[in-house]
Amino acid sequence: MELFVSEGNPHCLKVLAALEVTGVQCGVQFISHEEKVVPFLSRPALPALLLPSGKHLFSSNTICRYLFELNGQESSNQCNQWLEWEATVLQPVLLRALHIAVLQGKGSEVSSVLQGSLNVLDQSLCKANMTYLTGEAVSVADVVLWGALHPVLSDSSLTLGDHKSAKAWFDRVAAMRGCQSAAQKVLQGKGLEAMKGYMQKQPAPQSNQGRDTQPCNSNPTESEEGECVVSEKEMEAAVFTWRKDLNACSQETDKQHPIMPQESKRNVLITSALPYVNNVPHLGNIIGCVLSADVFSRYGRLRGWNVLYICGTDEYGTATENKAREEGLTPKQICDKYHAVHSSIYKWFQIGFDFFGRTTTEKQTQISQDIFWRLHKNGFLVEDTVEQLRCENCQRFLADRFVEGTCPHCSYPEARGDQCDKCGRLINAVELREPQCKVCRQTPVIRSSKHLFLDLPKLESQLEQWLERSTSSGDWTANAKQITRSWIRDGLKPRCITRDLQWGTPVPHPDFKDKVFYVWFDAPIGYLSITANYTNEWDKWWKNPHQVELYNFMAKDNVPFHSVVFPCSLLGAQDNYTLVNHLVATEYLNYEDTKFSKSRGVGVFGDMAMDTGIPSDVWRFYLLYVRPEGQDSAFSWADMALKNNSELLNNLGNFINRGGMFVTKFFGGCVPAMELQQEDKKLLAVVGWELQQYIQVMDKVKIRDGLKHVLNISRHGNQYIQVNEPWKKIKGGESERQRAGTVTGVSVNIACLLSVMLLPYMPAVSQTIRDQLNAPQSCINTMLQGPGTFVCALRAGHRIGTVSPLFQKLEADQIEALKKRFGGQQNSASTQPAAVPAAAVVAEVKAVVGSDPENAKQLAKAVAEQGDKVRALKSQKAEKDLITAEVSKLLDLKKQLALAEGKNPEPAPQKGKKK
Amino acid sequence: MALRELASLEKYLGLKKPNKFSTQGDKKVPVMQNNNAPPLVGLVTIACHLVKEAKRPELLGDSAEGRAVVQQWLEYRVTKLDSHAKEDIKSILKDLNLYLQDKVYLAGNQLTLSDVLMYYGMHSIILDLTVQEKEQCVNVTRWFDHIQHQPGVRHHLPPVVVLRNRLYTSRHH
Repeated sequence: MELFVSEGNPHCLKVLAALEVTGVQCGVQFISHEEKVVPFLSRPALPALLLPSGKHLFSSNTICRYLFELNGQESSNQCNQWLEWEATVLQPVLLRALHIAVLQGKGSEVSSVLQGSLNVLDQSLCKANMTYLTGEAVSVADVVLWGALHPVLSDSSLTLGDHKSAKAWFDRVAAMRGCQSAAQKVLQGKGLEAMKGYMQKQPAPQSNQGRDTQPCNSNPTESEEGECVVSEKEMEAAVFTWRKDLNACSQETDKQHPIMPQESKRNVLITSALPYVNNVPHLGNIIGCVLSADVFSRYGRLRGWNVLYICGTDEYGTATENKAREEGLTPKQICDKYHAVHSSIYKWFQIGFDFFGRTTTEKQTQISQDIFWRLHKNGFLVEDTVEQLRCENCQRFLADRFVEGTCPHCSYPEARGDQCDKCGRLINAVELREPQCKVCRQTPVIRSSKHLFLDLPKLESQLEQWLERSTSSGDWTANAKQITRSWIRDGLKPRCITRDLQWGTPVPHPDFKDKVFYVWFDAPIGYLSITANYTNEWDKWWKNPHQVELYNFMAKDNVPFHSVVFPCSLLGAQDNYTLVNHLVATEYLNYEDTKFSKSRGVGVFGDMAMDTGIPSDVWRFYLLYVRPEGQDSAFSWADMALKNNSELLNNLGNFINRGGMFVTKFFGGCVPAMELQQEDKKLLAVVGWELQQYIQVMDKVKIRDGLKHVLNISRHGNQYIQVNEPWKKIKGGESERQRAGTVTGVSVNIACLLSVMLLPYMPAVSQTIRDQLNAPQSCINTMLQGPGTFVCALRAGHRIGTVSPLFQKLEADQIEALKKRFGGQQNSASTQPAAVPAAAVVAEVKAVVGSDPENAKQLAKAVAEQGDKVRALKSQKAEKDLITAEVSKLLDLKKQLALAEGKNPEPAPQKGKKK
Repeated sequence: MALRELASLEKYLGLKKPNKFSTQGDKKVPVMQNNNAPPLVGLVTIACHLVKEAKRPELLGDSAEGRAVVQQWLEYRVTKLDSHAKEDIKSILKDLNLYLQDKVYLAGNQLTLSDVLMYYGMHSIILDLTVQEKEQCVNVTRWFDHIQHQPGVRHHLPPVVVLRNRLYTSRHH
């Protein structure tokens, strides 16, 4: 336990006295008044007591009362009553008295202020006729009241005078040694003078109780509309910025590959968790990893950072091996096929990777083996015999995910071999009770074999030091910090890094030559090897912690591997690796309030989103709007339609379209002259403020919050147009026409700003807006500089392009149909025992829909497009793998088309269990 | 106000025969008349007494530390919350929001008197927030929503709708 106090603070007097009187063991630290101890309070609050559990008490009476309770003295009703009286009645009076005496030097006026309270005290003591406030023994109430009164009463100009009972009581308590010594420590014998520093920091007390009688929330001066109050200064600043020029030295808008760290820039390396190759990503995967990282990397470029965004498919492991066996292909062929599926989905979602690679490469082997040897050389690998489950029926060692059984911790009957889905704890497969081979349902046997382990306990202190630095200086999401803390709290154990498999990176050690690396060791190294496939100078990113800041994006289930396990590998390798600075983890996105599940056919998967007819930008917008930041969120079709129609169509699209249409219709397509008036300046200030907020939250990777500020701006804009009615003013006299011109000009310029702020979220729409406004590309490099720079990019006389609506309404019946299509197949799909591969899911979904002419029309179009794509690839002599993948996609589409037309398709591909 | 709060608390606690309350002074400090003992004065004092009367000591915390945390928030309620000026609302919400970030209840893992009295005290503040402001303190609104849905707590107060996905109050449209 640790007590934090400051000198000259009357509240600290109480707690120190209580500490001395009770004799409770507790460390005491004297710190300055302004020091923050309690992490969640924005203003410094002393005294504060840090409890053994890590919690804080932050007000003096509670602390005193706790100290007395530790000493075996629980407070009675009387005690409580005195403490409450002290806190609510006496303290406001004392604050006023001290203010007058200490800061205004009018000690003589104090007694009149205190009169009432002292009367209460005196009468009560007199009536009860007891030695102390609550009886014959000292209680917490005596110490607290004495401590509160001591400073004012210690001043010689004040006497308790006629309050005889109070005086007797006060002198009795003051004579206690604990009280004397506490007074000496806090006031240092200087009396009231000692409190000057403290009192100067306190807000001036209210001159009378006027506020007490008036409920705070019925303040009549409060403006009903809750309008933003903008000061003259802010308006001037906004106008000053508005008149600035666009950045003359327009940066290269096209990236020059390979992107390399640069001396003078903020170098930001962004990764998103590597998707496992034979899972078709669902919307939850997309928002959790690749889309969030994409938005942030686009934003970073707008801020002028030097950004590299790397991702790829995670391809090694038993799941791939198994799937290959089922489909009669090699693991490599399976990976090639699904890597292409992933690529095309992300491409459709406009995920702008700088490089989208894969983990099954030569570089992966080189780098993993190098890290392995370094760990080995530095003594961080230990050898041990492992008991593993082997299914005699299937003739193989069972990977963790191919065993199911009862969780040894919480008795959940369907725990997987590596982790329990219920309690979330990691499990060693042999610890499972009643294990079963997931494929044949036989009971596996335990066999032992020799394996290598990463010695996490040996790395723990290094890890903690690094974590301390990284989490305090970087932007780690709360869940990332919490999950990491709980992992470390549970204690680190050595982790096995080798496996008895073939499809993996071979272990180079001769004693383990038939083994491969466990994917958790191997997969994160994929970030490095994928970068190495992008540029030979990959180590300028990955062995350069001084120049490079690393952001990892992921869903929360991936946190421990990025915050504990992988950093341990890199720390142990001792090769100056770049470790994660900012760990950004999302919560889960649910589908219409249930989880996405391929096995039950619930949810929307990446490839299905494409044939909903809803543009990729709208998908991005909605997913980012419901991004599970801070808590789980849900995807809902109805909500998506609502947000599209209310936010995109009526708010954002409407505003941008109106400005552009006025320029076209009323001003011949040229931006009119703008004479800024008070109202316009105010709007510029408000928009500038929203822009600043946008930058502040986006710098902290609060992506969903950023979007709100974008929408706020267009809301302000719509109100502005609505109030000023340029369509009426244009028909008026000269000054009215000029006013219409100003409003129109300001509006299209806000539209131009919005196009830049939207760019990370909706890249295509953003470009369309600039095309329609014929806006200079240099506005992209200007607006998000510094704290936000809203300049007038479209000056008077600027000719805009052709304006047309940006968004389309999503009709209720359309949404209803989609909802049915993607959520209604639970019954029929639930008969499928296991998850099915992407194509099969699509086929199944369509099978349920049955004959559907509308869908067939869309599919026919998709087939035609895909056909074109394949032909184009062939003519370009593209990589064979790529063509194969696209062809298979074409075949799938054709199959779906057949289904939608009610024809009998070929049998769906064999179903198999995936990762 | 405080009297209605205490009456609601009595109902929540399931106390059969209601106590007699009155107020004293301009600040309308509640007073509870007691047959065999001197009257009790002060919201927290009375509330703690009622909890003991109802034999629900767990509502005051189940350990010395837990009891201290409960008292901490009760004190916060009657000092910081009840005497706040308009400009303090922001920082109150901000602090609470940070505090509640990783908590379901104010003190530990179960409902205590501090949740109930803080809920009563926060009600007028939350009622006045726009949806947007509510979103800025999601942890507070989550906690608030949770408490107002605890069976029997709400009584004299109207429920406050805590929307999660809307951006604006309806008056903007």
